[in-house]
Amino acid sequence: MNPELLSALAIFTLAILVGFEVISKVPATLHTPLMSGANSIHGIVLVGGMLIAAEARDPLSYVLAFVAVVFGAANVVGGYVVTDRMLQMFRKKPAAPKAAAVEGE
Amino acid sequence: MPQEWLYTIVFLAWLAGAAMFVIGLHQMNSPATARDGNRVSAVGMAIAVGTTLLYLATRPEGLPMAAWLIILVGFGIGGGAGLYMARNVQMTAMPQLVSLFNAVGGGAAALVAVDDYIHVVGTPAGSVSTAVFVVLGAVIGCVTFTGSLVAAGKLQGLISGKPMNVPGGRLVTIALALVAAGGFVVLVLGAAEAIGLDSTASTFVLGAVIAAGLLFGITMVLPIGGADMPVVISLLNSFTGTAAAMAGFVIGNPVLIIAGALVGASGGILTKLMADAMNRSIRNIIAGGFGGGEGTVPIFTESGGSVRAVTPDDVAIQLAYASSVIIVPGYGLAVAQAQHAVRELAELLEARGVDVKYAIHPVAGRMPGHMNVLLAEANVPYPQLKEMEEINPEFDRADVALVIGANDVTNPAARRPGSPVSGMPILDVDHARSIVVIKRSMGRGYAGIDNELYTNPKTGMLFADAKAGLAELISAVKAV
Repeated sequence: MNPELLSALAIFTLAILVGFEVISKVPATLHTPLMSGANSIHGIVLVGGMLIAAEARDPLSYVLAFVAVVFGAANVVGGYVVTDRMLQMFRKKPAAPKAAAVEGE
Repeated sequence: MPQEWLYTIVFLAWLAGAAMFVIGLHQMNSPATARDGNRVSAVGMAIAVGTTLLYLATRPEGLPMAAWLIILVGFGIGGGAGLYMARNVQMTAMPQLVSLFNAVGGGAAALVAVDDYIHVVGTPAGSVSTAVFVVLGAVIGCVTFTGSLVAAGKLQGLISGKPMNVPGGRLVTIALALVAAGGFVVLVLGAAEAIGLDSTASTFVLGAVIAAGLLFGITMVLPIGGADMPVVISLLNSFTGTAAAMAGFVIGNPVLIIAGALVGASGGILTKLMADAMNRSIRNIIAGGFGGGEGTVPIFTESGGSVRAVTPDDVAIQLAYASSVIIVPGYGLAVAQAQHAVRELAELLEARGVDVKYAIHPVAGRMPGHMNVLLAEANVPYPQLKEMEEINPEFDRADVALVIGANDVTNPAARRPGSPVSGMPILDVDHARSIVVIKRSMGRGYAGIDNELYTNPKTGMLFADAKAGLAELISAVKAV
């Protein structure tokens, strides 16, 4: 195997261990936002979509890259916004009633 | 030389983005810093995506017009759709939206892998390791794509939440897995030039592998009950992370590898935590057949004990003159969208000097932590929401425990061996001086067993839909 692949495997292994460590400390109350937050992070595959778009030279590749970019962008943008919407509700005190009425109804 | 410098800068920016994902996830440890954590992670994402575009645009060969169009128009459409759905979704529909975003993420990973395969096959770049990662990425991405769509459909009610038997049963699923595994071996051997495989044949094999992956996602999730969907979504989330990491190996991109591995590991841990909280093993869940979801037919208790029905007026008096009340909200409350009504009742009681707290079981709602989100949306102050370990000792001192749409998580049978819920952590609702249960009927929970709490002499049953029952209680308390 070439050196680049070996160092990529090392990065992969260490990142898995970091993932285990970071997540095992999250309280159950935050599991839904956490799942959603982790979900947005794998939207990084958008970068992969952009890289294949740059190399696309034939109709099939254009289509594959286009759908990949659309999917990846929906994952990233939607994921972060929806996680933020959930988390902004975790507050110590109720918000002003007016704001709540607009948000809730 | 400048080109090399540029790549170094881009690489460092990718690394910074990856580091921000880790820091962001770490900050999600506590409700106080969670929102900032998500933002740190989002900034990391913006950096990673932004520098990628910058890098592509400033390469000596530049970025062709078609690629610009694909990236900008695709981002506009996908991002716009994601933004619209994320802004407008009801909080109760959150789990299916997460599943939908997971599906498109998996789909994108599969598409990237397929495109790479088409370009590297038969070229010097088409090494064995590339073939391994490409095929793995394509299969895992396909499984998550269809699997997550089925999961979302079940939660949305588009597909029955009941466990569904696929024609041919598990044999079909196993056969599909064998097709995918066999295709994988053939493609890798082909890349190793151990067997002769021309590009038409390899495209055909890849097509078969993709089709098997897509069908496998469907046959894997269909037989699983709606109640187990959150665990399944979490598992598929972990798969998507892994698929993204595989795509990262193929294109040699560190940020994809790190982010994918992070999500793969975190999704795995989260899946285990969720399954533990429900006292189910992951293997058991995937084997399916448990958890009928919303379609449970009301079944009246056939055996032992009689239940005592109470009227809203009785309950209102009990609540109004109590000094401490613990509210136990469950799945039924989420389904009836009664979280605003429950907050109104709690405020009324507090105005009368009653101490009100909420007991939140880790799996209350449709996903772990979902109930906290729903109550937070209804403006319930966060400190009033108590986790199971914290609230359980307090039931001994509570005058009234008001159970709204929660079932299995309150069943004392869990403390004894020999019941399907045995060993499941439960809320000690039966320790309260008096218990009121708002429930539509004597229908059973997911576990499909009778709840001994309902036949307890201390328990009064208020038979009503959660929202209607709470509305009656609110007007009755006002009249006291």
